[in-house]
Amino acid sequence: MNVHEYQAKALLREFGVAVPEGRLATTPEEAETAARSLGVPVVVVKAQVHAGGRGKGGGIKVAKSPAEARKVAGEILGMTLRTHQTGPEGKLVRRVYVEAGSEIARELYVAVLLDRAVEKFAVIASTEGGMDIEEVAQKTPEKIQTVHVDPNVGLRPFQARQLGFGLGLGAAQVAKFETLLAGLYRLYVEKDATLAEINPLVVTKSGDLFALDCKLNFDDNALYRHADVQSLHDPDEEEAREREAKALDLAYVGLDGDIGCMVNGAGLAMATLDMIQVCGGSPANFLDAGGGADKEKVKEAFKLILRDPKVKAILVNIFGGIVRCDLIADGVVAAAGELGVKVPLVVRLQGTNAAEGRAILAKSGLDITAAETLREAGQKAVAAVKGRI
Amino acid sequence: MAILCDSNTRLLVQGFGKMGQFHAKLSIEYGTAVVGAVAPGKGGTSAAGVPLFDTVREAKQATGANASVIFVPPPGAADAILEAVDAELDLAVCITEGIPVVDMARAKAALRGSKTRLLGPNCPGVVTPGQCRIGIMPAQITRPGSVGVVSRSGTLTYEAVDQLSRLGIGQSSCVGIGGDPVIGTTFVDALALFEADPLTRAVVMIGEIGGSAEETAAEFIRSKMSKPVVAFIAGQNAPAGKRMGHAGAIIAGGKGRASDKIAALEKAGVAVSISPAEMGETLARRVPGLAA
Repeated sequence: MNVHEYQAKALLREFGVAVPEGRLATTPEEAETAARSLGVPVVVVKAQVHAGGRGKGGGIKVAKSPAEARKVAGEILGMTLRTHQTGPEGKLVRRVYVEAGSEIARELYVAVLLDRAVEKFAVIASTEGGMDIEEVAQKTPEKIQTVHVDPNVGLRPFQARQLGFGLGLGAAQVAKFETLLAGLYRLYVEKDATLAEINPLVVTKSGDLFALDCKLNFDDNALYRHADVQSLHDPDEEEAREREAKALDLAYVGLDGDIGCMVNGAGLAMATLDMIQVCGGSPANFLDAGGGADKEKVKEAFKLILRDPKVKAILVNIFGGIVRCDLIADGVVAAAGELGVKVPLVVRLQGTNAAEGRAILAKSGLDITAAETLREAGQKAVAAVKGRI
Repeated sequence: MAILCDSNTRLLVQGFGKMGQFHAKLSIEYGTAVVGAVAPGKGGTSAAGVPLFDTVREAKQATGANASVIFVPPPGAADAILEAVDAELDLAVCITEGIPVVDMARAKAALRGSKTRLLGPNCPGVVTPGQCRIGIMPAQITRPGSVGVVSRSGTLTYEAVDQLSRLGIGQSSCVGIGGDPVIGTTFVDALALFEADPLTRAVVMIGEIGGSAEETAAEFIRSKMSKPVVAFIAGQNAPAGKRMGHAGAIIAGGKGRASDKIAALEKAGVAVSISPAEMGETLARRVPGLAA
């Protein structure tokens, strides 16, 4: 789960990481009041959407007076912000964060994440703050330092010092850096983050350190133990169908093609997309109905797939292990009948109770194309879209 | 011979709810020795014909168990793994999906240097055809033979096994290592076991997008394996930045793409099937004479 910058900063503050003073605003008037109450000569008005690259897209503007803050907030609020992370459709800006401007001497980078290759946590630091860290890693890997943290030992002060001196900080700043990093690491572990990134971490002209921008991602599997984090969820930031799917406990990702897919199991669902592509077609979605798929779930999955106007055919691919194919067949028949499915339907049932499932489909009298193997399923779905069956 | 489990396996079940009982029954029907289940507070009684124990230690002492399968829900699953490790079982297979990463990272660190091998979590388990079934795989699609199967995905393992069996190619063991970012047994671990197993003549490896486990496996295959390996990588058309069902299946920061994994494997001499429908055929072409 992602959160907004203003929410992330509130959490950082809670864990003792210094951040600039700021206020949230949803109207230009509120932005003016916020700027006035901050009592500083320069404020920065920042669009709050779940995407990086906001500055380049025109979503971050400097204002030198409360009146100017009102003016630029008026420009940003309600705009559709397009950045390299939003996709071409962009994201509607509903809120801005008005923040005290700062005197920047240096911009650094620091993050805590899981290093999957060694299965330990990693703290990454770089002198190249404010840049896209993936680009830095590719072009100048020597400018990135990493320490690995044993999850059962935790981040040690010497590790923080090692990074701090490595960034060229002076002794007084290294002490501040150590405190900041300890807070960031504690937040990462205690709140079950999957990424806690400060970019840039700013060194001011007076030698203070604070988080100018930050990004926190949280482990969906751990939200059950963090009601506070869960309450930060902003449904407006999710694609409508993906949001609905989540509520139904289905894993759904929208794609560009025209063949709707319903599959059980993530691996097989990905392979089904690959199969369609190999056969010369293009999938409309990834959908994993999961191990507990039954009649009701199949119906809901169909509704979801059909809500996408691009869908010209549906491919159901089930390999029953835990899932019983006869129950899936019941669901397909019910959904096709009740929802009045008008697009061609290709169904492949294999594994547990597959024969029973196929019999149910055959008896239903519905126009369903059966497929035996994965290849046949892909070929028939592609042929259906091209009007050949 | 086979890997991870065989006819000598004596299995415990941790988490004996509806799902645990259902799959214990299927494993017993397959001929697996399910010797007990751990249900704290119910020790001394039995359920579904299986004796219950309060702790894993006690169960091991009473039954001589050497393996356990874990169905405990996510909040207690890492604890269940650590209990199996503490009791020094040879193998713990964790089926549970949705364990927090922090819990698993800690459990994995505690596993280093222990006696126990962990398979999973978020995996379908392991089947040694004709001998032993641990987990949730539909064992009826397997057939005894000499091809090792190892996969990050559940249903895609079934697909591969089904393709092999239809071609008359049997399996030594079918192993699902799980789709989470932190797992007990990696591709490299499973490949090393298959390489050392005298019964296994070839391996089918099924990877997917996300992380770099396939690249690491490719390096291992190139430098350490004599047996032929055939592979498929799921998610060749997955968009970047989207989690494709599995917690670990995400292309992040330009890393974890299928194309990079396929290139690494091909460079290591692995025959990669681009079509998911041709895993079995690719193996049959690469290693003739496997069908019985």
